Amino acid sequence: MSEMARLVYNELLKIVRKRRMLVVVLILAVLIPIFTYAQARQAEELMKNVGTSDWRTLLQQQIVDAQNRLASSRLPDEWRVMLRLQTEQLQFYLDHDINPTAPGAPTFVRNFIEQSVALFLPLLVVIVASDIVSSEHSGGTIKLLLTRPVRRWKILLSKYLALILTVSLILLITGILAYSISGLAFGYQGATLPVLTGFQEQNGQLVVDHVHLVPQWKYILMAFGLAWFAAITVATLSFMVSVLVRSTAASMGIMMAAIISGSLLAQLAPTWTALKYLAFTNLRLADYLSGKPQMIEGMTLPFSLTVLSVWSLAAVIIAFAVFTRRDVLA
Amino acid sequence: MTNGTTPILKVEGLKKRIGKRTLVQDISFQVEAGEIFGFLGPNGAGKTTTIRMLVGLIRPTSGTVHIAGYDIRRQFLQAIRHVGCIVENPELYPYLSGRENLELFARMSSVPTERIDEVVQISDRIEDKVKTYSLGMRQRLGIAQALLAQPKLLILDEPTNGLDPAGIREMRQFIRRLSREEGISIFISSHILHEVQLLCDRVAIIDHGKMIWTGPVDQLLDRDMRVEWELEPIESGMKLLRSLPYVTACEQKEQNRIVTHFSEEKIDEANRLLIKEGIAVTSIRRENYTLEDVFLKMTGGKAGE
Repeated sequence: MSEMARLVYNELLKIVRKRRMLVVVLILAVLIPIFTYAQARQAEELMKNVGTSDWRTLLQQQIVDAQNRLASSRLPDEWRVMLRLQTEQLQFYLDHDINPTAPGAPTFVRNFIEQSVALFLPLLVVIVASDIVSSEHSGGTIKLLLTRPVRRWKILLSKYLALILTVSLILLITGILAYSISGLAFGYQGATLPVLTGFQEQNGQLVVDHVHLVPQWKYILMAFGLAWFAAITVATLSFMVSVLVRSTAASMGIMMAAIISGSLLAQLAPTWTALKYLAFTNLRLADYLSGKPQMIEGMTLPFSLTVLSVWSLAAVIIAFAVFTRRDVLA
Repeated sequence: MTNGTTPILKVEGLKKRIGKRTLVQDISFQVEAGEIFGFLGPNGAGKTTTIRMLVGLIRPTSGTVHIAGYDIRRQFLQAIRHVGCIVENPELYPYLSGRENLELFARMSSVPTERIDEVVQISDRIEDKVKTYSLGMRQRLGIAQALLAQPKLLILDEPTNGLDPAGIREMRQFIRRLSREEGISIFISSHILHEVQLLCDRVAIIDHGKMIWTGPVDQLLDRDMRVEWELEPIESGMKLLRSLPYVTACEQKEQNRIVTHFSEEKIDEANRLLIKEGIAVTSIRRENYTLEDVFLKMTGGKAGE
């Protein structure tokens, strides 16, 4: 084994033996059945209200609902534009005879990853990432770690690599658990179901020029790819905070506050366009696939990817600069 | 560069300032190959700050540290390879077993895992998680960790802190054995004079961040002991003790207690003289010098209190 491989092995061992991964898996194992049940119930409820199980009627009902809300004069303009775009999209599904919520494990996985990318997955990532460096400070083991014949940047790099591997594993486990648990309730059919993607937004209009159909499994892979990107950004920022803050509780608290406020702010003040330069308002990458409009104007997939990359790069630079120079005081 | 005449540890003009506060300054000393070197000072004197600079955890504001001839800042890997250390408490990963901790550090120093069995002394508990260990066991595991990479210099920060008397004795024996049998140079920090006197060949004394003395430990204090007497009547006893040529200090402490400094072999003789003069000796207590006695001596005072 090369030196870096041995160092990464050490860091992975620490993550596993600290039971951080176990916590994450347990959270998933408890929450996914709840989400499955919630979705089954929701579908049932909708059918009951509409009085038929025909999804076309459901879609039509949703469109009528949205139009009713649009008619209300108290709706803010930003919400109005978004609601109209959503209606257009629902209409598109209806016109092309595609059931967007066809029940089945793959559909659940698709919805789950779309919904969890901005809040739930980041919180799971924070559980693992926030103490990766700070715990060495609070436990005092940093003194042993940094008095080995290994350069400091290599030690930090090994921690970062271990974190990236762990985050990737969390996403994989999320996918596997979501698929296998929801399949028990919905069945496992639907992997080849065609899903629309390629929506674009220009000046508040939904542009459907590039809209096309992909099999659902391919869509899920793309969604996971984007979710991975978002999760790595969250991990990288937590990693930096973990280097800067010596207490694990503080580091976890800072990250959770940042993630939650990022997600809330965009909904609270969609007109405050400067918010789009924050990392945590750009986490809803999967929405670009489904064509669900972003809250703030001027956000596109390349824009979000650029913002997230810039934040990650800055975080990595800060983390390494601080870690390799800092005095280890009591 | 690393021949026999190079000191294993050479510290020159070490200084650390954080903001406006100077933590330590003008720290210079050498540790020769094979010796046990004591670093003595009261708590808060800057011992741990100095140790952290020795092993590269803190960047000195000025001054240099050379380990086996290598500069700790410019040639960190070569220098640190020769050092095993415990800085402050032996903090290991509590959620790993003793063996897993050692394996982890062995992988970092490219040490074969067979070496682990050579350094462990708590083999019956080695598979248990470290969080179940007593302080003494942690201390021993910490030392095993420090010895893993076969260092030439072992740096121990207050190694007997928190140990019970049996543990302290055992630790001393262990340190002596390492020095004698393995030829490892050992640097020990302590705030207990007695401990340094028992273990070390040479000593450096630090107070308020400054070095105040360095030299062989037997030059630290003359061979006198601190002897405390309880006498009746006190006045004539005092007069008699003062008149003895070998008593270097004599001072009344409380109403019937007198503290004297003089050679251990003379206690018997002094006692006889007192009794012959009809002075009742109710107790004689021999005490070790404390660090305060040394400071008093360094700053000119001769008496113990």
